[in-house]
Amino acid sequence: MKTDELIAMLAAANTPVDPAAPRRRTLLALALALPVSVLFTVAVLGVRPALGSALLLPAFWVRELFCAAVSAAAALCAVRLAHPGCRLGRAPLGVIVPVLVLWLLAVVLLAEAPPPARASLLLGQTALVCPWLIALVSAPLFFAFLWLTRQMAPTRLRLAGAAAGLAAGALGALVYTLHCPELAPSFLAIWYVLGMLLPALAGALLGPRVLRW
Amino acid sequence: MRTSEERLRELLLLGLAGDAQAYNVFLRELGAHLRAFLRRRLARHPDEVEDLVQETLLAVHNQRHTYDPGQPLTAWATAVARYKLVDFLRRHARTDLLNDPLDEESELLAASDSEAREARRDLARLLDDLPDGQRLPLLHMKIEGLSVQETAQRTGMSASAVKVGVHRGLKALAARLREHK
Repeated sequence: MKTDELIAMLAAANTPVDPAAPRRRTLLALALALPVSVLFTVAVLGVRPALGSALLLPAFWVRELFCAAVSAAAALCAVRLAHPGCRLGRAPLGVIVPVLVLWLLAVVLLAEAPPPARASLLLGQTALVCPWLIALVSAPLFFAFLWLTRQMAPTRLRLAGAAAGLAAGALGALVYTLHCPELAPSFLAIWYVLGMLLPALAGALLGPRVLRW
Repeated sequence: MRTSEERLRELLLLGLAGDAQAYNVFLRELGAHLRAFLRRRLARHPDEVEDLVQETLLAVHNQRHTYDPGQPLTAWATAVARYKLVDFLRRHARTDLLNDPLDEESELLAASDSEAREARRDLARLLDDLPDGQRLPLLHMKIEGLSVQETAQRTGMSASAVKVGVHRGLKALAARLREHK
């Protein structure tokens, strides 16, 4: 086929592009995946005891804010990485700054705590299961975000996969807070961050294979 | 090349709104720029240039929905071309070709070459391997330049089936090009 023939065929095949389609796809993906994550957390893991009274604690909202901020910033990175020629700009700072603030908070908290209390501030009661459960809760979101990225045209596949995975991991962590009893910033600084990094790692590993176009 | 940027961007925006004529001109002019851009980078393999021009045009078409109107067209088109070029080089495992710097974003529209050489790989043959629901609408569009509506009437398929078939067919074609060689 000559290039001119190809061009004629593509022009004939051209249909109007709906600018609202990505937004609709995103809403659809979230509408399908988010309820699965929430349902799994509520029905299988169970809602944490005294969720109502926890809502009054500032530490509860620090945790929510942290997860939401990382998820939103990672999602912005993923969107930019999914558009050819679009620069990341300062979007990664939106991921890095909340983590640094949390770590700073954790260090201050640990420094002020009496030494015997430090171990429980770091490990809480659920340290060993926390990252795995966050990854598990994130799984539906992970597939949704990777599918959304696949509909676009990322040129840095590993990074795009990682950003989509991180956005899913952080949103999954936000859902997981319905179940999780841990509120100490020192706990979140390690185990929540690890839990978010697991889907990010999976995305980085899968990206080059799954996101090619 | 500010004028090229503006002109091509306008044509693409018309194309995205459904104007086949403007879109045809857009692809033709972008194709000429791509040819010059890729020829410089594949200096040692002039035979492969036209293949890659076609592959990149197909990618531009398949990914046209990822162009953000607020973004310079040059940045977008260069990123698509560069991605296809790197993918091509990786497939060929000719790392020596990567010595050429790929980072000049303003360069794509600086030169243009409208003289298409013969492609080595025949897209038409790859097209023949597609399932009928994808192949037939594409054939009508290729040979007679029929629109979606006209193709639907001619084949007895519904317009939405034609659209889906064309969309999937062109994606499948791109996937086959990727696996080719």
